[in-house]
Amino acid sequence: MTPKQKTWKEVPIGGVCWRPSTDYPTGDWRTLKPIRNPEKCNRCLLCFIFCPDAAITWDSEAEDIGFAYDYCKGCGICAHECPKDAIEMISE
Amino acid sequence: MAKIKQEIRALSGDEAVAYAVKQADVDVVAAYPITPQTIIVERFSEYVHNGEVDTEFVCVESEHSALSMSLTASATGARVFTASGSAGLALMHEILYVTSGCRAPVVMAITNRALSAPINIHCDHSDSMVERDAGWIQIYVENSQEAYDSILQAFRIAEHQDTLLPVMVMLDAFVLSHTLESVNVLPDNAVQRFVGMRNIPLIQGHQGKPVPFKLDPDNPITMGPLDLYDYYFEHKRQQEEAMEMAPRVISEVHDEYARLSGRNYGDGLIEPYRLDDADLAAVCLGSTAGTTKTVVDHLRKRGVKAGLLRLRTYRPYPTQEIRAALQNVKAVAVMDRSHSFGAHGGPVFHEIRHALYDATIQPHIVNYIYGLGGRDMPPTLIQEIYTSLQRIAKTDQVEKPVQFIGVRE
Repeated sequence: MTPKQKTWKEVPIGGVCWRPSTDYPTGDWRTLKPIRNPEKCNRCLLCFIFCPDAAITWDSEAEDIGFAYDYCKGCGICAHECPKDAIEMISE
Repeated sequence: MAKIKQEIRALSGDEAVAYAVKQADVDVVAAYPITPQTIIVERFSEYVHNGEVDTEFVCVESEHSALSMSLTASATGARVFTASGSAGLALMHEILYVTSGCRAPVVMAITNRALSAPINIHCDHSDSMVERDAGWIQIYVENSQEAYDSILQAFRIAEHQDTLLPVMVMLDAFVLSHTLESVNVLPDNAVQRFVGMRNIPLIQGHQGKPVPFKLDPDNPITMGPLDLYDYYFEHKRQQEEAMEMAPRVISEVHDEYARLSGRNYGDGLIEPYRLDDADLAAVCLGSTAGTTKTVVDHLRKRGVKAGLLRLRTYRPYPTQEIRAALQNVKAVAVMDRSHSFGAHGGPVFHEIRHALYDATIQPHIVNYIYGLGGRDMPPTLIQEIYTSLQRIAKTDQVEKPVQFIGVRE
């Protein structure tokens, strides 16, 4: 069910965001999904640096990366930049 | 009568604008020179160089950058001014919409100049007429005194919490921009009291609490990001609401300034001239109104019931006021200093007809396209217009609703 949307009298003017961008999951835009091979990955974190959506997560306990699939749009920059070819883009 | 002692200065329209900006405590000016606006930027850069103003003056590489810089400076809460005209305004086209959409109260002076091709540096209204839908308030001035007065009013109108819309003030190229006039200027402290500080309203930010509506590292907000079919329309509706509030704000600011300075321009929206008992009315914008008033006086001495309606504010369009002012005349001639090719008349003509559609008795309305590329509009030609209106009123017939006047046939 679609949540009730605000009227023009209720939203702030000037296109100012009244909710954080994390309330807007953009993962459903994705057609290709990044999958990592943990054997090949050396945790260099280049994917973390390059990701334009901050959708590469870092687990400091496990000292390992992960993907925030709610926000990953599947652009493939991580796979392209990975020096170990540890990320593969697969069809959803 | 104004109680404040004013100083009379010999200023061109451009200089009058620069002088008003100097007095208005502006934080940022970002501009790129274009004839005939250049003197505004030159004079203001001299004020900066001489330490007469505390303004960040940014020399940018194009008009697209000039307005981008103005918009973003305004988004930080600064009071901002820029100026352009003709091709420069055309290059700003994209950012005009961004500025109004972000509700940034930038004030811009436009020296109305023809658009290429062929290249021409002289006056017509093509450059600003094409931007009438960009969400900016548009004020067209008749003389350099009004240019000075309107720039000061523009900051108050733009920054008012009920509007928060950018304002462009139009002055005719060369006729006003480069012609010396006696201009009454207010003392600096009177101007500063009038314009005041820019008020920043509170707005709901992304953390759900009210924050100042400006870019501020301590209270971060995001302005104007992606807005799809779910909310874009709501934001456009808000802009229309602001435009609907604007006439009241424009008139209030105009009246307050009139009490201060002793000068008024109708109600700030329209300026009727000898129109109360008129049978024949011309409608025009800008400096042509000055010449037309002289012709009206001349005709009145000969017993012709002639009048003039000058549109001062073109956006928001004062529909009701125009209807009230024109509905009792017999024939109206709308003078357009720009043309909409293939549209069977200029933009002012179309909108005057629109305003009169709901009048009880509709007067005859004709359109004269005049003065393109700086072509002179002498009193003799304006008199020809009133002569043809007399004929229309007498015969009750319009032969040619749209005509070009002053062009060699």
